Amino acid sequence: MSIAPTSGRPARRRYRLRRVLTEAGSMMLGVVILIWSLGPVYNMLLIALDPEEGEIEFDGNLWPPEPSLEGFRAVVTQEARYLENFWQQFGNSLYIGLLTMVLTVLIGSLASFAVSRMRLSKGSLLTNTALLTYAIPASFLIVPYYRIMHAYGLSNNLWAVIAAQVAFAIPFAILILQLYASMIPIELDDAARIDGASAVQVYLRIYLPLMTPALAVVAVYALLLAWNDYLYPSVLLSPRNMTVAVTQGQLFSDTDAPWNAMMAAAILYVLPPIALLFALRRYIAAGLTVGDAKG
Amino acid sequence: MFLAFVIYPFGYALWMASTPSLYADLIADPSYLPTVVNTLLFVGLGVNMKMFLALLLSGFFMRRRWWIRALLAVYILPWAIAAAQACVSFHWMLIGEQGLVDGVLSALFGIDGPIWFNHRWLGLGSNIIAYIWKWMPFWTVIFLAARMKIPQDIYDSAEVDGATGSRRFVHVTFPLLANLYLLCTLLSTLWTVGDFTTVYLVSGGGPGGHTEVLATLGFHYAFDAAKPALGVAAVMSALPVLIPVVLVLMRRLQTSEVEL
Repeated sequence: MSIAPTSGRPARRRYRLRRVLTEAGSMMLGVVILIWSLGPVYNMLLIALDPEEGEIEFDGNLWPPEPSLEGFRAVVTQEARYLENFWQQFGNSLYIGLLTMVLTVLIGSLASFAVSRMRLSKGSLLTNTALLTYAIPASFLIVPYYRIMHAYGLSNNLWAVIAAQVAFAIPFAILILQLYASMIPIELDDAARIDGASAVQVYLRIYLPLMTPALAVVAVYALLLAWNDYLYPSVLLSPRNMTVAVTQGQLFSDTDAPWNAMMAAAILYVLPPIALLFALRRYIAAGLTVGDAKG
Repeated sequence: MFLAFVIYPFGYALWMASTPSLYADLIADPSYLPTVVNTLLFVGLGVNMKMFLALLLSGFFMRRRWWIRALLAVYILPWAIAAAQACVSFHWMLIGEQGLVDGVLSALFGIDGPIWFNHRWLGLGSNIIAYIWKWMPFWTVIFLAARMKIPQDIYDSAEVDGATGSRRFVHVTFPLLANLYLLCTLLSTLWTVGDFTTVYLVSGGGPGGHTEVLATLGFHYAFDAAKPALGVAAVMSALPVLIPVVLVLMRRLQTSEVEL
């Protein structure tokens, strides 16, 4: 657009004004998002840093007058009430989370490889059955699950929880992997086969390396699902054998519990997933572009 | 494996919930119908508000500024935080005049905030807000990834045709993302109907069970009232709504293989 010299100055000024307004607007939106995202986290920190146990009231101080790490110390040394087994519970969370992650990636990638690369005739049936299980949300199946695990002799066994988490993570894993796999040209497999590669070799040498971003997404999804779940561990495990995510929830309305230690435990518990998210962020960004928007 | 841990529980649940008299008991229970209304509101408002805001915010995060990138890292924090602990934090924030929210309200504006969980609609609203807080970042990241895939030439040619600002969003961006948006909304609806943690730990179903949803009502029947069959029947009554959603989802995925 050519602007006549006479009208050039007001037009430019209007343009600059609009830029400043947009910039100010996005700054304000940024501040709102910051407060929104950090509010509950800040509340956790506020309670955790309070030197006295059971102090959940907000007393008008935006920062605790005497912040103390007493809560954290009590957690790490397992002195806090209700948290005597903190490290064992932490270990349980880790065990359940990691095994769920490994099994989901393994089963999901094998299933998706079989369906998408080996040209199974009934392949889409498997995908559809997996999706169909989403008709009943996981939380709806807790009662039958509880009884069946009892019948299998798996009550109060970490493997009961792992089996449940893997079973519920698999449909999403297959969905994501299928979508991503369809973007890898099948000619690659054919070329490898002509060179004499077996199905196992194609899986190990071609499929797995090319699928890394999607596998990373699936791994993080499965780990977070198992690490953060409340319902299944709380019902299937005994209190002594619990995961950390459950403890705070079970006492959630108990004002007598040592809340500074509870919230300190919650904060410690959040750190591993955050570290994982940041470590894998490149892969995740690449993997999520499965969200292909081509028209 | 799949059979023993998915199909069998599924069938067992159907079998447990197959006695017709259970449904008569459900209808007769005065807390059942309000619970259905709560579930519809929780899912309907929660999912749609979350998805729409996520779509808009993904546009905001497309801007290339260093501080917006830093903000994105903070913004996805709720996704990593365990739902249980986030919900407990919300519970304490809203506990009444001792909570953070009412404390800030009275310090800044001199208002005495309400006791959130003593009122059905406020309690339900709190649950929805906590739910949006926890799950919006995940979907924003999905939409952000999709937006980054839109080639810049499309925007360039749209600009030549005079589409900028909100018109660009309505006529260019949204049609391109519409299919993805629909798929995500359906998937999220399925997951949200089963959301137990948020309601159980934010309002606890209170006051007196007035903010209960189907997932928590079923849990209470089964484990607190020791009526497991009734609990299963309560959640299974959502199936007539859920199965069509899954069927639409399956069809959509088949017709548009790559386009999630």
